[in-house]
Amino acid sequence: MPQPLPAAQTPMARRYAAGRRAVLFAFLALAIALPSMVGNASELNYAILVLMIAQAGVAWNILGGYAGQVSLGHAAFYGIGAYTSTQLLLQYNLSPWLGMVAGGLVATLFALAIGWPCFRLKGHYFAMATIAVAEILQIVVTNWDWLGGAVGLSLPVAEAGWRGFVFNKSNVPYYYIMLGLLLLTLGVNLLIERSFLGYYFRAIKDEPDAARSVGIDLTRYKLIAIACSSFLTAIGGTFYAQKELFIDPGSTMATSLSIKIALVAILGGVGSLGGPVVGAVILTAIEESTRAMFGGTGRGTDLIIYALLIIGVAVYYPGGVTGWWRELERRWFASVAERHARAGP
Amino acid sequence: MTAPLLEVRGLGKRFGGLSANEDISFAVDGGEIVGLIGPNGAGKTTLFNCLAGFHAPSAGSIEFEGETLVQLTPEGAARRGIARTFQIVRTFASMTACDNAMVGAMLHAKVVAQARARALDALAFVGLERRAAAIAGTMTVAEQRRLEIARALATGPKLLLLDEVMAGLNPAEVREAVDLVLRIRSRGIACVIVEHVMEAIMPIADRIVVLDAGRKIADGPPDAIARDPAVLAAYLGA
Repeated sequence: MPQPLPAAQTPMARRYAAGRRAVLFAFLALAIALPSMVGNASELNYAILVLMIAQAGVAWNILGGYAGQVSLGHAAFYGIGAYTSTQLLLQYNLSPWLGMVAGGLVATLFALAIGWPCFRLKGHYFAMATIAVAEILQIVVTNWDWLGGAVGLSLPVAEAGWRGFVFNKSNVPYYYIMLGLLLLTLGVNLLIERSFLGYYFRAIKDEPDAARSVGIDLTRYKLIAIACSSFLTAIGGTFYAQKELFIDPGSTMATSLSIKIALVAILGGVGSLGGPVVGAVILTAIEESTRAMFGGTGRGTDLIIYALLIIGVAVYYPGGVTGWWRELERRWFASVAERHARAGP
Repeated sequence: MTAPLLEVRGLGKRFGGLSANEDISFAVDGGEIVGLIGPNGAGKTTLFNCLAGFHAPSAGSIEFEGETLVQLTPEGAARRGIARTFQIVRTFASMTACDNAMVGAMLHAKVVAQARARALDALAFVGLERRAAAIAGTMTVAEQRRLEIARALATGPKLLLLDEVMAGLNPAEVREAVDLVLRIRSRGIACVIVEHVMEAIMPIADRIVVLDAGRKIADGPPDAIARDPAVLAAYLGA
């Protein structure tokens, strides 16, 4: 049996990696050029929505994908990000840019506080606990008048421009800010993936007991994962507030948002860097096309689609789209290697 | 005379009303191979898990390098230099063999390149260097057992706890495993081996500790153990 070589060692694999890098750069160039290519505001808005859910999915992936702690309560962090920056702006006139960092920190503190007890739970029980925590937070905010209660909070449009993080003439700046946040989030993931943290997270996901046996303190590293994940999710929440200029518990803390955040990562490929981005593109496309088919009023249809997608991925492709793609690559490499072996040296 | 590497004194472990280990005392010197044997249900795995920090003993004490280990956790044991393998293999199935060993090496080498170098060393030591890029979950059980040993060795242990590493191996693989254990000792690493394959453990162990029904019934060199009437009674039911 031919022994598989480490991927980087065969010339073919090297060429393939170079090709893949070129495709990635092409996509990046496309993303940068997109605003000048799309014709109308609604198409650009649609692109921003893709970036927003992609960014949240990439942030979710640190905890749910790499470290394997599936959270169905990430909307709590999203909402905390949105409410913190908004309240700091409304009450203390603090710049939303600083509010974004503050929101991230508040969300991190909240995440550490709930992570401490919740990480004692395993698998599905952890996921259920996260749903409960997010649901409780949503109810608290809905009944908290200082935070606008169920009515929500409106943001002032007074100071338009980069300083104020409000743009009323065109959505293009929003697009680039969100693209930047997505790249930042991807960059953090890449750093984690390539450092010992990435190895530790995957080890914890695969075999927690074995991970402990080589000196990994499970709670400590799960807390590190949730801290990174919640911070990055919260900055997405601040962006939402600045873009929509209106937030309420239903739009920033809903369970359906939590599910959607997890779903883009699961659909695209848990634990893979770009997976959630692929998932976001596919999910948004499916949502938009079905909305056209069934009309916008059927609020149930999106949930039915989420459910079908989760079942489909879980049963047939646990690796998601990127996992499926990697499997294709692997088979292709194997067949080429076999052909080479048969052709002789 | 220097103090032993590991000293277990009066160790007991109860699960509710069941006493799995009672008043067990023994010592392991640096670089020594100690076989831990006994019939099914003798409490070998429980004792093993106490040493590795996976169970908290109900009584007695464990001393490692002259220090009493209080409230030992698995990660704490690893940090002190006690590494282990699992009876049912627990490799990181979705990761490559190299990544598996790297996770072990990262206990003391957080820099990835450094961890990779140590991991490849450990893989070469157990004879898996050619399988470095293989996904652990796709490897044979024999390979995964060796991978677990590589992962444990990569942590740089002073004491290695091997839990039935030879179970389910064919005779050729058993010979390789025996050879591997001897090479581990030649590195100065002490081994405590829980083993069912008697013909494998008897020739290589410096000492054998025999458990029966949760108690130690014999402790001595292999040839003496093989003649010990209490051991024969426990095994043959005579």
